[in-house]
Amino acid sequence: MTITLADVNYFEPWWVQIVKSLVIFAVVFAILPILIVYERKLLGRFQARYGPNRVGPFGLMQPLAEIVKFAMKEPFRPTTSVGYLFRAAPVISIITAVGALAIIPWGDVQHIFGQQVGLYGIDVSIGPLYVFALAGISFYGIMLGGWSSGSKYSFLGSMRGAAQLISYEVSQGLSIVGVIMTAQTLSLTGIVHAQEGMWYFIPQFAGFLIFLVASFAETNRAPFDLIEADAELVGGYFTEYGGTPFVAYLFAEYANMIVVSAMAATLFFGGWLLPFGIDPPGWVDPFVVLAKIVLIFSFFVWIRATLPRLRYDQLMAFGWKILLPLATLNLVVTAVIVAS
Amino acid sequence: MTPYDVSDDVIEVIRSPARGPVAGAYRVFGETLRGLKTTFARIVEGPVTIQYPEEKTPVYPRFRGRHRLHRFEDTGLEKCVGCSLCAAACPADCIRVVAAENTPENRVSAGERYAAVYEINLSRCIFCGYCEVACPFDAITMGHDYEMSDYTRSDLIFTKEMLLAEPIERTPLRREGE
Repeated sequence: MTITLADVNYFEPWWVQIVKSLVIFAVVFAILPILIVYERKLLGRFQARYGPNRVGPFGLMQPLAEIVKFAMKEPFRPTTSVGYLFRAAPVISIITAVGALAIIPWGDVQHIFGQQVGLYGIDVSIGPLYVFALAGISFYGIMLGGWSSGSKYSFLGSMRGAAQLISYEVSQGLSIVGVIMTAQTLSLTGIVHAQEGMWYFIPQFAGFLIFLVASFAETNRAPFDLIEADAELVGGYFTEYGGTPFVAYLFAEYANMIVVSAMAATLFFGGWLLPFGIDPPGWVDPFVVLAKIVLIFSFFVWIRATLPRLRYDQLMAFGWKILLPLATLNLVVTAVIVAS
Repeated sequence: MTPYDVSDDVIEVIRSPARGPVAGAYRVFGETLRGLKTTFARIVEGPVTIQYPEEKTPVYPRFRGRHRLHRFEDTGLEKCVGCSLCAAACPADCIRVVAAENTPENRVSAGERYAAVYEINLSRCIFCGYCEVACPFDAITMGHDYEMSDYTRSDLIFTKEMLLAEPIERTPLRREGE
C-alpha cells in the first residue's frame, strides 16, 4: 500500500463507516461509566477503603444513579455568565473528546461478512496530528466554559488550563516524534505494524515517560489538575456548571483519558499486538487494546492516589525547564540514531 | 554513667532538601517511586473500612451506651428506690424521677419507695455515666447499645419500662485481647 495524503479507508463503503462510528461511540460511552466507577473503586483501594459498593452489584450502578441525579437537576446559570457560550462550551469539550476516539486503532483490517473492515474509525495519514488538533480545539471548551461562567474561580481555572495545555502539548508532541521517526509513518495502524519486532516503549523509553507525564497534564489529571484544583478553585472551570453540562465535562475528561491511554497503548505498547509472538484471531484485537487502555488508566489512578498537586510555578518550571529540553534531546538523539 | 542512653534520643533533622542534580533527580524519581510503593502497599493490605450497618465495631465492656435499669434476679423487684440521686448528679439534667410509696399490695421495689416515673431524655444525655456512679443500689448502669437514632425527639425519651426491658443485643462486645 503506497502512502498517499489522507488515504481514508478507500476500500470501505460509506455505510461501513457510519456503522463503525456508531459502534465505536456506543462502546466507548458504555465503558465510560464503568471506567468512572472502576477509578473510584481503585482509588478507594489505594486509600485502604472500598469505594462505591452500595448501588447494584459491586456498586456498578453508581454512575447510572449519578447520571440520573444530574439529569434531574435544574439547568442553572449565573446571571453574570454569557449565555450561549456557557451552553456551547461543554459541547465543544465533548465533541472534541469523542472526535478523537475515531483515530484509535482497535485492531487490524478484518474480513467481516465479505467486507474488508478496519477496526478503527479512520486511518488517516496524519494520525497523531489529528489528536493534537482536536486537543487544541478542546482547550476552547475549557477556556470558554471558564470565561463565560462569569466567576473568578472558573476564570482562574481556565486561565491555568490555557497555560498548562499549551505548555505540555509541546512536550507531548515532541515526545512522539521519536516514535514517528522510528516507524517512518504517521498512520497509527502503520505505527502498530512497525512495532511487530519490538514495542516502542523499550527503544523510546524516555519518549514514553515524557509522553506519559505530558498526558497527565493534557488530561488535567493529578498531579497536574490545577485546572479544577478543588482545594483552591472550588472546581476550576466547571465551578458554575451543574446537571448535564457538568456530566458532559466529566465525560469529556474521561473520554480524553481513554484517548490518551489508547494513544500510549498504540504508540508505545504495540496497539493490538501481543508479546512473545502470540498471534490470536482478529476478533481478540479490540480486547487486547482495551486491556492495555485499562492498564494505563489504572496507572493514571495510581498516580492520582500518590502524588499531591503541583504548585503553579512548579508546573510551569517542570514543563518548560525539564520536560521540553528532555523531549527535544530525545528527539535529537532518535533522529541521529534513525539517520545513521 | 549517664542516666540514660542519649544516642537513642537523637533524631536526625533534615532542614532542607538535599541540593544538587543527583539529589534533585532522586527527589523527582526516587521519592515518586517510594510514594507509588506506599500507595500500592495499601492495595495489598486491603481495606480497613468497617461496613457499618452489616459489620459493627465491637465495644469495650466499660463502654457507656444506653442506660439500663435492673431488677433483683431472685425476687424480680426493681432495684431503683426513686431516690433521685441520679437526677441530681446528671449534668445534662436529662433524668426525671417521680417517686411513690411502696404499699404491701403494690410492691415494686425493694426499698420503702419506688420510681413511679423514671424517664431519661436520650437526646440530651451526654453519656457521662455520673448516674451510674451516683446510684447507691446499682439500679442504673450504662449498657452497650449506641444505635439510638429515631425519627422524632419524643421517641428518644425512654421510659422506665423501656429501660427495664432486656435490651436487644445489637452491639458486639469486644472480647478479651481484641
